Amino acid sequence: MEHIIRFSKVTKRFGDLVVLEELDFEVMAKERLVLIGSSGSGKSTILRILMTLEKPDSGFIEVEGESLWHMEKKGRIVPATEKHLRKMRKKIGMVFQHFHLFPHMTVLRNVTEAQIYVLGMSKEEARERALALLDMVGLSEKADQYPAQLSGGQKQRVAIARALAQRPQILLFDEVTSALDPELVGEVLKVLKDLAQEHEHTMLIVTHEMGFAREIADRICFLDKGRIIEKGPPSRIFTEPEMERTREFLRNYIEVSNAINGV
Amino acid sequence: MLFLPQLLEGAVVTIEVTACASVLAIIMGFAAGLARLSRWWIVRAVTVVYVEVFRGSSALVQLFWLFFVLPFFGINLTAFEAAVLALGLNVGAYGSEVVRGAILAVPKGQYEAARSLNFSHSRMMRRIIIPQAVVAMLPPWGNLLIELLKNTALVSLITLSDLAFKAYQLNQATFRSTEIFSMVLVIYFIIALGMTGIIRLLERWFGRGILYRGAA
Amino acid sequence: MIVKWDFAWNILPVLLKAAITTLEATALGYAMALSLGLVLAIVRRSRVRAISWTAGGIIEFVRSTPFLIQLYFLYFILPNYGLTLPAFVTGILGLGIHYSAYTSEVYRAGIEGIPQGQWEAARSLNFTKLQIYRRIIIPQAIPPIVPALGNYLVGMIKDTPILSAIAVVEIMQRAKIIGSETFRYLEPITMVGIFFLLVSLVFSAFIRKVERGVSMDRRIEKAMEIKG
Repeated sequence: MEHIIRFSKVTKRFGDLVVLEELDFEVMAKERLVLIGSSGSGKSTILRILMTLEKPDSGFIEVEGESLWHMEKKGRIVPATEKHLRKMRKKIGMVFQHFHLFPHMTVLRNVTEAQIYVLGMSKEEARERALALLDMVGLSEKADQYPAQLSGGQKQRVAIARALAQRPQILLFDEVTSALDPELVGEVLKVLKDLAQEHEHTMLIVTHEMGFAREIADRICFLDKGRIIEKGPPSRIFTEPEMERTREFLRNYIEVSNAINGV
Repeated sequence: MLFLPQLLEGAVVTIEVTACASVLAIIMGFAAGLARLSRWWIVRAVTVVYVEVFRGSSALVQLFWLFFVLPFFGINLTAFEAAVLALGLNVGAYGSEVVRGAILAVPKGQYEAARSLNFSHSRMMRRIIIPQAVVAMLPPWGNLLIELLKNTALVSLITLSDLAFKAYQLNQATFRSTEIFSMVLVIYFIIALGMTGIIRLLERWFGRGILYRGAA
Repeated sequence: MIVKWDFAWNILPVLLKAAITTLEATALGYAMALSLGLVLAIVRRSRVRAISWTAGGIIEFVRSTPFLIQLYFLYFILPNYGLTLPAFVTGILGLGIHYSAYTSEVYRAGIEGIPQGQWEAARSLNFTKLQIYRRIIIPQAIPPIVPALGNYLVGMIKDTPILSAIAVVEIMQRAKIIGSETFRYLEPITMVGIFFLLVSLVFSAFIRKVERGVSMDRRIEKAMEIKG
C-alpha cells in the first residue's frame, strides 16, 4: 500500500521543551492510525503540525507526495506560503478536544459556512449536504439551535459533521472525547466507528480510550517524550508490547480505569 | 525650531492649567464619589445632578458658559480661572465614578473587620477603605488626567495663551503650518508621556504591599 | 428675571437647525471611527513587527494629543498639499481619525477575547485570513464591546463643538454667532449645554437597548421562542 503521510526527522520545540524529536513515521492511505502515550508525549502536536496549526522547527513532511510545510520555487526548497498551505489544507480535516464550534452560528450554519465560502458551493447544496451529515451524526433536529444549547457529546458530533463537510481525505481526531462527561463518550465513539466502517478516510486518532483504540485501529503508535517507541497492530501492542515503557503505560491505564470503574 | 521658545512659553501655561485643574478634578472626584455613597438622599441627589450635568454637556460648552455666561450673573472670571474651573469640574465628574467604583470594589470583609475594631465611619473610610481603593483608582485616574491635558487645548478658544493658542497665533503670522503643528503635537505627546510616567511611579508607590494579596 | 424667555424661544429654531449639522458630523465621524478603528486594530495585530509597531505608535500618538490640534493640523496643512476640503469634511475626518484610535483599542480587546480555538477551527476549515476575521472573529468580538463603542459615540458627540474652532457652523458655533450679534450669551450657550445633556442621556439609553439586543443570550432566547 501507498503511504499518504510521511514525517522525516521532524522536530518541534516549545522553548526548551522538545515535543517531537527527529520523528520519522508514515501513514498508509485509508489507514486508521491511533496515537497513544502519556500527556506531553507529542501526540497532539503531530496532528496540529499536520493541520498547519503548528510549524515544525525542522524536518520534512509529505502529504500525498507533496511537501506540506515547504514548496519548490525556482528549483529551491523554500518555506510554504499561505497559498500553498491553503492548497494542502484542503486534504485535511480536524476535530478538536474542545469542539471549537462557532458559538454565534446555528448548528446548520456551523456546517454550511465553510462549504459556501471555502468550497464555493451554493447555499442550497451546502444546506442539503449539511442536513445529510447532521442526520448521519444523529442531530438533524438540532439544525436551528445554537451550540450553547447542546450537550458536549452533541457539540462534538456537530464538529465531526463540520469537518466532514469539507470532504477531506485525511481526518485528524485530537482527544475528541477527553472533554466529555463519561456518559456522553459513547455517542461520539459510535459516530467515529460508523465513520470508519462506512467511509474510506485516512484517520489519525489521538485518544485515551484504549478499548476504542483497540477496536478501531489498524495500527497503534506509542509515543514517549517526542519519539515513537513502539508501533504495530493493536492485537500485538495490547497483548504483548515489546517495550517496558509501553507495558508500564498500559498497566497504569488499566489500574486507573479499574479504579474509576470500582473494580 | 525657530518657534520653539514661543511654543514652550505656551507649554508652560498648558502645564499650569493642567496642574491646577487636575488638583480641582481630584478634589471634586473624591468629594462627589464619596457623596454618592452618602446616607442622606439629598446629598446623593445633588451629586448625581452635578455628575450628570458635567458629564453630559460638553467640556467646551462648560468652558464657554463659565467664561461668557457667568458675567451675566455678575461673576467675572479670568480666562485662567474659567479654564481651571471648567476642566476641573468636568474631569471631576468623570472621576467621581472612578472613586465610587473603586470604593465599592473593596471587599465587604474589610468593612466588617473595621467595624469589629470599632472604628468610626470616617476613620474607617480614611484609614482602611480609601487607601485600598486608591490602588485600583490610579490607572483610570491616569487616563482621565491625560484627557484633561488634551482638553486644555480648548482654553485657547477663550483667549488663554496656552500651547494651542501660541500655535494658532504663529500659524496666522507665518503660515508655516506643517512645522508648527507637528511640533505642537510632539510637545503635547511629550507632556502626556511625562504624566504617564508620574502615574506609573505613583502606582508602584501605592501598590506596594497590596500586590501581595492572598488572605489578609 | 435674568433669562429672556422670548429671546430663547426665538433663537431655538436656528439652534436646532445647527444641531442637525452637529448630528450629521457625529454620525459620519462615528461611521469613520468604527471602520478605520477596525482596520487599525487588525493592522496592529499583523505578524510583521514593523507594521504592528507603526500602527501601535500612531494609535498611541493620536490618543495622547489634543483633538483641537489634530483638527488644526488637518485644516491648515491639507491645503498645503493641494487638498482643500470644506471645514465640515475636515471636521468629520478629524473626528473619525481621533476616535478610531480609541475604537481600535476596543476592537483589539474584543478580538483578543476570542479563544484561540476559534482561530484554529477556522483555519482547519481552510478559511482565508480575511474570511476568518469577517465570518468568525469579528461577529463574536463585537457584541461584548458594544457598550464601550457606544460610550465613544457619546464622547464624540460632546467633542463636536470643537469643530466650531475651524468655523463649522454646528450648534456651538451658531450659539457664539448669536451671542456676538446680540451680546447675549446666557440663553444660547445654556441651550447648547442642555442640548448636549439631553442627547447624551438619550444616546446612553439607546446604547443600553442595543447592548441587550445583540447579546448571544438574547439570540438563543429567540431561537428557543421559535422552537416554542
